[in-house]
Amino acid sequence: MTTVRIAGATLTHFGSHPDRTGRDLFAEAALGAREQAGVPRDDIDEVAYGNFMGELAERQGHQGPIMAEAAGLNCPATRYEDACASAGVAVRAGVSAIRSGRADVVLAGGMERMTNQETENTTEFLAIAADELYEVRAGMTFPGAYALMQRAYMNEFGGEREDFAHIAVKNHDHALPNEYAQYRSAISVEDHLDAPMISDPVGLYDSCPITDGAAAVILVSEEYAAEHALDAPVAITGTGQGGDNIALQDRTHLNRTPATARAADEAFADAGITPDDVAAVEVHDCFTVAEVLALEGLGFYDPGEAVTAARDGETTKHGSLPVNLSGGLKAKGHPVGATGASQITEMYRLLTGEHPNSEYVDGRVGVTHNAGGTVASAVVHVLEVDA
Amino acid sequence: MNPKVRDEGYDDLLDAAEEGEAYYLACANGHGSLPPRRTCPHCGSVDLSEESLPDSGTVETYTTTQVAAPSFASKTPYTTAVVDFGPVRLTGIVRADAEDVEVGMRVGLAVGRNTMTGNRMLTFHPR
Repeated sequence: MTTVRIAGATLTHFGSHPDRTGRDLFAEAALGAREQAGVPRDDIDEVAYGNFMGELAERQGHQGPIMAEAAGLNCPATRYEDACASAGVAVRAGVSAIRSGRADVVLAGGMERMTNQETENTTEFLAIAADELYEVRAGMTFPGAYALMQRAYMNEFGGEREDFAHIAVKNHDHALPNEYAQYRSAISVEDHLDAPMISDPVGLYDSCPITDGAAAVILVSEEYAAEHALDAPVAITGTGQGGDNIALQDRTHLNRTPATARAADEAFADAGITPDDVAAVEVHDCFTVAEVLALEGLGFYDPGEAVTAARDGETTKHGSLPVNLSGGLKAKGHPVGATGASQITEMYRLLTGEHPNSEYVDGRVGVTHNAGGTVASAVVHVLEVDA
Repeated sequence: MNPKVRDEGYDDLLDAAEEGEAYYLACANGHGSLPPRRTCPHCGSVDLSEESLPDSGTVETYTTTQVAAPSFASKTPYTTAVVDFGPVRLTGIVRADAEDVEVGMRVGLAVGRNTMTGNRMLTFHPR
């Protein structure tokens, strides 16, 4: 089985771009990745594209071909949808296509346009990732869903709102030098604690913003990279995906995310690594509690132990395991259908020394974790530089 | 969606709950689940039977939402809880003041209506 390498990886600025169409956002990212990779147009075999709510936000279905066209390509193109994990599963599909021998070059990525709607409409659109009958009709929003998980976590394991505040403070600090990030502003623990509640105990500063943006990566086979003398020092050496019941009420635990554990087990075994080998992680911190649950699911902490990791400095840029050096979803932003690919792009930049926070990565293995819904879907990738 | 069209299974459960006869689905291996189901989500068994739901449960977690979707915009603040009934959990709106809701609280089940959408929903009432 061939090794899959990254020949190019870019993203648009993540932020509020209400007037820009989805196809324009994706075109910017895709053309950037194509230019970086230097791969001829006709060599791109497939497009694997992630998007969550394009039918609602732009009344546009069948987005695979429209995005291939926007990227200047005429090849098979498929949209992948697993809520906020859509681009993660698109990247995984690209990896699988190359490993199977079907493709040599895949353009994988994702896009979401969100700020062209009123906030309450976007809240409603995001809620379709939950169980319509049993959750949404009971008033569950996504901040509400994570609030239910956070309270269940605090009830069993403890943890104070201040612990969660430190996660937000850390991720804002990490985003400061990142030119692609939505929020490049420092916040304090007091700012977090003083901010309005959205769905208690989830406050405004526990929550990621609403974001427009796109990301794209060019994946190539080892043989293609060698034959064309491509500069592709980073390989995706592990991929894994896990699933769970969609409704919280149907799960064994309300404060654990076994889909993440299943994805991590598969990805780590695929790459032949253990958590101890990992130098940096990008996790799906749509809410601060999501970062806690991700770190425990990935096996970096035991259940109930990750809540104080940011407060204790372990996951800050100077810590033993820097988490979300990009700023994470909290500060970099979360265009939901693009996030999984943007994590790959950011980890690529971190490992190759091109990221402003690369100096904090002490090692050659990075992990990305992308989740859908309340982690009914999870995708984990292992990236290694000079592998 | 056409509000006159029923969601079979789900609406049947709500009809039964309105009569005080709520039920859950049990498989031969003792797992509980909620309709509509053709298979047990825990073990894949296709042998499901309707069993009476206990008449009260305990709040396992809850949240009071201040920022709602349009379908609940005029209802804020409202409290959504996940309640453990033993064989299954249910998610619904708690008919109590937010400050009176706590983990472990005992509640009964009923059916309410969201006046903004006309949709029925499960509601919980302190016991």
